[in-house]
Amino acid sequence: MRDVAVIGVGMTKWGELWEKSLRTIFVETALLALDDAGVDKIDSMYVGSMSSGLFVGQEHIASLLADYLGQVPVPSARIETACASGGLALRLGFMEVASGMSDVVLVSGIEKMTDVNGYEATYALGTAADQEYEGYHGITFPGLYALIARAHMEKYGTRREQLALVAVKNHSNGSKNPLAQFQFEITVDSVLNSVKVADPLRILDCSPITDGAAAAVLCPVEMARKMNKPIVKIIGSGHATDAISLSSRNDITWLEATYQAGKQAYAMADKKPEDIDILEVHDCFTIAEICVLEALGIVEKGKGGEAVEDEITYLDGKIPVNTSGGLKAKGHPVGATGVAQVMEIVKQLRGEADKRQIKDCRIGMAQNMGGSGGSAVVHIFERE
Amino acid sequence: MTTPSRYWREIPQRYRLEANKCKKCGYISFPPRLICPQCQNRKFEETKLAEKGKIFTFTVIRVPPHQFVDQAPYAVGIVELDDGVKLTGQIVDCDFEDLKIGKRVKIEFRKVFDEGEAGILCYGYKFVPE
Repeated sequence: MRDVAVIGVGMTKWGELWEKSLRTIFVETALLALDDAGVDKIDSMYVGSMSSGLFVGQEHIASLLADYLGQVPVPSARIETACASGGLALRLGFMEVASGMSDVVLVSGIEKMTDVNGYEATYALGTAADQEYEGYHGITFPGLYALIARAHMEKYGTRREQLALVAVKNHSNGSKNPLAQFQFEITVDSVLNSVKVADPLRILDCSPITDGAAAAVLCPVEMARKMNKPIVKIIGSGHATDAISLSSRNDITWLEATYQAGKQAYAMADKKPEDIDILEVHDCFTIAEICVLEALGIVEKGKGGEAVEDEITYLDGKIPVNTSGGLKAKGHPVGATGVAQVMEIVKQLRGEADKRQIKDCRIGMAQNMGGSGGSAVVHIFERE
Repeated sequence: MTTPSRYWREIPQRYRLEANKCKKCGYISFPPRLICPQCQNRKFEETKLAEKGKIFTFTVIRVPPHQFVDQAPYAVGIVELDDGVKLTGQIVDCDFEDLKIGKRVKIEFRKVFDEGEAGILCYGYKFVPE
């Protein structure tokens, strides 16, 4: 296997981009990544997208986007594993470069979510759950994570305020990210008094509906050296599955797919949780960040709530988590999220994260998951 | 609107709680599967789910999908049945304040939602406190 580097990343400001179409958002973003990498031709591309069919009524977007990026006839594939689509696009691009099949690969993710109304968006997101045995009974995505939150609170004594602190921390980080959808701070009180969505979760526990894309360019490390680029290597990659139906799992507070994907990535990188300097995780709901920290071994089982309360995951903490603002504040265009995590890690490792820059960081990790944890992708990056 | 076939083929599970049980390890699969997720055995015997159990976890949905707009707010839970199988469904005929993990419930056959004008009336199981 060849060593693989990320040589370019790109992302435009996320939000409700009513004036921009899916293809425009994609091309603007991908061009930023190509410019950052200093290349204008690619050998192959991957696009992570959960549901362009339900959100904009357009399938077959891999070729559409290759065309609008001026890259036909290069091979282009759309990748779908719900909200982990972007992370998996990265993994497949990594595998293609590592294997020697291609040299320069664009990996990207996109979701255009505001062309449908809120009920339709809720429905589209809900298709990541088991439609016949969960969706049929009126459960929603906030509802599934609420089921996890209630069980975690019962089993480990996790408190409502600890959940709120995850959102407070991530909004604080997002206020320092000029590309984030929400660039303002919130308080524990504002979370606890926000509108109820699915008890015990409230609207400020939830990541928003977002339009946006993210892209990265990968190539062999040897080639990156010749191009004289700052080198961020992908040193670990893992991907795993679990039952998508929560009721099929023995312990719904434990994210087994994230644990398994993390185990693979740690083994490939020959690293341990304590080696990680910065971490981007899939905080689609506040409880998710708590469960992910446990599944990745950053804290012990049941201690995820304490981690944020003790501020070890803050910007100045022992292991800063979601320095970008996370899904909560940066936004969550579902298919794009996994690639946007790479954008943040690369910016941090290159020392280009401005007001939210973490000093002396060398190793970063990104965890992206689909549905209520039925898919998970984990990557570890190292600055050379 | 989807064709009725999708609704019709799920009737054995939604109306009659038909499941299957692995002949090797005893795992009960609902809906029935062709290969056991625990031991990969492919021989099963037919069984039916227990009709009572206890609340494993629950929530109250206040922002619903469009088919459930007229029902919100409503409670949904995962219930651990007395045969060990866990099942997701609405918890009805109760005050939300009285819901708690561990509370005993039984399964009843109810309307779940309707597809709207000229659409199917969709039935299935719901949980009711004992």
